[in-house]
Amino acid sequence: MNTGEADGNVIAAVDAPTAEDGSGVIHILLLTVGPIVLALVISGALLLILGVNPLTYYAVVLERGLFTSLGLEQSITRMGPLLLVAAGLIVAFRAGIWNLGVDGQFLLGAVLAAASAPALAHALPPALVLLASAILAAIVGVVWSLLPALLRAYHGVNEIITTLMMTFLGTSLANVLVKLMFLDPATTVPQTRTLPVDDRLPRLFGTTINAGLLIGLLAIVGVQIMMAHTAFGLKLRTVGANPVAAAHAGLPVAWLTVLVFALSAGLIGLAGAVEVLGIQGNVRADWNPAYGLAVIPLVFLARLNGYAAIAFVFLFSVLSIGGESAARRVGVPTFFTLVLIALIMIILATVEYADQRARAGRAS
Amino acid sequence: MPADTLMAKPHARPQPLAAPLVALRGIGKRFANVVANESIDLELRAGEVHVLLGENGAGKSTLVALLSGLLQPDAGQIIVDGSPMRILSPGAALALGIGTVFQHVMLSPALTVAENLLLGQGWWRRPARAALDQAVGAIARDFGLNVDLDAVTGELSLGEQQQVEIIRGLLRQTRLLIFDESTSMLTPQGIEELGALMRRLVERGLAIVFITHKLDEARRFGDRITVLRLGRKVGEISSERLEALDDASAHQEIVSLMFETIKATGEAVVGKERKRVAMSGKPLLELRDITVTGQSGSTGIEAISLSVWPGEVLGIAGIDGNGQKLIAEAIAGQRRLDSGKITFGGIAIDNLDVGARRKLGIRYLTDDRLSEGSVAAFAVSANLLLKEIGKEPFWSRGFTRTAVIDVHANAQVKEFDVRTPSIRTPIGKLSGGNIQKALLARELFGDARLVIFSKPTYGLDYNNIVTSRRRIAEVGARGIAVILISTDLEEILALSDRIAVMSRGRIAGILENTGDARLAVGGLMVGGALEHG
Ligand SMILES: Nc1ncnc2c1ncn2[C@@H]1O[C@H](COP(=O)(O)OP(=O)(O)OP(=O)(O)O)[C@@H](O)[C@H]1O
Ligand SMILES: [Mg+2]
Repeated sequence: MNTGEADGNVIAAVDAPTAEDGSGVIHILLLTVGPIVLALVISGALLLILGVNPLTYYAVVLERGLFTSLGLEQSITRMGPLLLVAAGLIVAFRAGIWNLGVDGQFLLGAVLAAASAPALAHALPPALVLLASAILAAIVGVVWSLLPALLRAYHGVNEIITTLMMTFLGTSLANVLVKLMFLDPATTVPQTRTLPVDDRLPRLFGTTINAGLLIGLLAIVGVQIMMAHTAFGLKLRTVGANPVAAAHAGLPVAWLTVLVFALSAGLIGLAGAVEVLGIQGNVRADWNPAYGLAVIPLVFLARLNGYAAIAFVFLFSVLSIGGESAARRVGVPTFFTLVLIALIMIILATVEYADQRARAGRAS
Repeated sequence: MPADTLMAKPHARPQPLAAPLVALRGIGKRFANVVANESIDLELRAGEVHVLLGENGAGKSTLVALLSGLLQPDAGQIIVDGSPMRILSPGAALALGIGTVFQHVMLSPALTVAENLLLGQGWWRRPARAALDQAVGAIARDFGLNVDLDAVTGELSLGEQQQVEIIRGLLRQTRLLIFDESTSMLTPQGIEELGALMRRLVERGLAIVFITHKLDEARRFGDRITVLRLGRKVGEISSERLEALDDASAHQEIVSLMFETIKATGEAVVGKERKRVAMSGKPLLELRDITVTGQSGSTGIEAISLSVWPGEVLGIAGIDGNGQKLIAEAIAGQRRLDSGKITFGGIAIDNLDVGARRKLGIRYLTDDRLSEGSVAAFAVSANLLLKEIGKEPFWSRGFTRTAVIDVHANAQVKEFDVRTPSIRTPIGKLSGGNIQKALLARELFGDARLVIFSKPTYGLDYNNIVTSRRRIAEVGARGIAVILISTDLEEILALSDRIAVMSRGRIAGILENTGDARLAVGGLMVGGALEHG
């Protein structure tokens, strides 16, 4: 398989019974929580060097991201699209497909949803408007993944490169669409027409959290169940873990590959719609939240497990919402949350490597 | 690497026989809840071929992994040249002069043979291709091997890849050379040549470890035999004793050491009452003039025509890599035909995919158990059903029914004697022979009408060979058509009703398996090869 060793190992880690060694759960927990703590310490040191008191910074992040009700609601709201992206990535990665075209698929979905919703609002009842734009966004995501999918399935072309190229084109195209086709004539800043707040995704239980959260949760739990407990999921995992064995077993490898791309990109396109229909209301030109960059590490931290991904997405949402406030209050750029996440990843990988070395050396 | 070190020119060390080159003292290795090796003492001397015997899962390959730096022992010492050593990596093993030809091919499939052989020399050096050509040429002449250095490794048959592994082992300057089941895919002639080569190497002062499941090889090529069972050393037969015993009693002694309780049956092959198949009826499978081109340099198949009747065992003999695998893949649906026609039960199946053909009752046991036959990271239970995913009763409306799957797996594991810590163990952790048993179980499950067995008993131990051959004979007796592809002529002769001989991608002849078949088959194999080469 051309996605190489790393991918095989991920699959192995997911499928190997982790309870094999008696201390399983505690061991895993230690391997995951330890690096996070260590990363907090190191980035604290970095903040000190920058002349910022890390305790103040962390306190602001936590307060604004978690401990005020508005902050918490914002953090939870942000989870909706992130969970959809995570679900899309988990499908792909567990099937051995490196869909790195997240941002293109996401933005095109977002732009199409932003363009279609206000336009349809005259013709259809609000619920149908939302449904139609969401479906349209998902379809656009799928279409944008079609070329890499077909190239991979029928010509074995490595999808890492093709999806990255498509994301490059996709982000540019999204911009072009906003500036040339779907421009709102009523505003001076280049952006699409804004969907009125009342027509957006419904709010939950009188909070500012919208139904996007439910869609995200549904998607990620559905993906987890599909991958772990259904025949279809097992087929995808077989293709991912050993495509030669899959072909030998009579699985339609090429067709399944295209299907995986479609599922993955469809979920990610839907994420774009949820972001627009639930939170933003429109798409401004040059807007790109680059969720792909953030969520790819998260799903690996979660070892491609959907439930664990929910926890990591929550953590990330808190950090990024809190980080945005902290940027204003303490003067540390928002990107610092990415530094923190990157540190966690690097330390986690190092610890994992050391652990495997130690196991190979000792009795396993 | 300078030209001269590419050659297998071990410095002949005049060693007193008493001082072992490598000694193991109290070696132990366990995996989770499996004891793979326990307090093993072993002495490997220059000038000796030391044979390791033991049933599947006895711990032979684990011992090899410890010697070659792939694993570290939990207990005991490895003593090299009299001083205790820790062999922390394969590189360290090579530096100590310990070379290994592994049981399962460890070559990079995407690289050419030459690139594989050149791997491991310093990255700063220019690939010493000219020197390699020379060195390989010398070995190939010496040994009668025939390997195309520019072929892409992944396109070669497993038997050819095994030859590349052997060449790689010989290229290095080694003092101890380990062969883990290196004869499992060679033809009788190739086996003789490897035996002769080992003899020459020990005469030059090497120490050799030779693992095999074939007792006659052990006796003819070995100077000393060590038998492992359940990870322990249960006996050693010294060279003097080996000399003294006659064939029958040596055989008896080894087998009783290996299997303790089970008495030797005396004959490894199941005798088969050969029947003349009623070829008057319609054949179940018919290949007419099929041609498939091989990929990048590997042998294709050309103008193959053959028929198989229900209840018949058709053996396909021939040196590995002469197109046998392509025939199997063409019938199973893994390869498109360039031309020709395949009919099964009267209908044309050329355009059906693998799954549809399986539904019709076509089964194919591949010889490539690791990269094609199984998904190493998946549990044994999942691998047993890899070709049934989604089918009732194991899945219901698409949802996995773990309980049913577990019952099935436990039954299969028991019936086929797959030695595994649990049905949830990733199959890649089983010993080679036990993976093979699991795959055999998978192909024999359900309603088969035609089963293609490709080297069904390779890597199995003596008892399991007997059982597996009996199963294959039973399959034939139940009215199922069988195609038996094997490089082991004994196996073909023991089980087949008719024998087709492959040579250079063509069928050199098809004959009835009567008394004089052995000579005729041998003649066709060699004749076909000579004609072109
Ligand atoms: N990496 C591993 N993890 C867990 N168990 C293992 C691993 N490698 C080997 N084992 C177990 O150790 C035992 C010995 O295996 P080994 O491969 O040494 O057997 P073997 O004698 O070479 O058998 P065969 O003749 O079938 O090749 C087996 O029970 C096997 O399942
Ligand atoms: Mg072995």
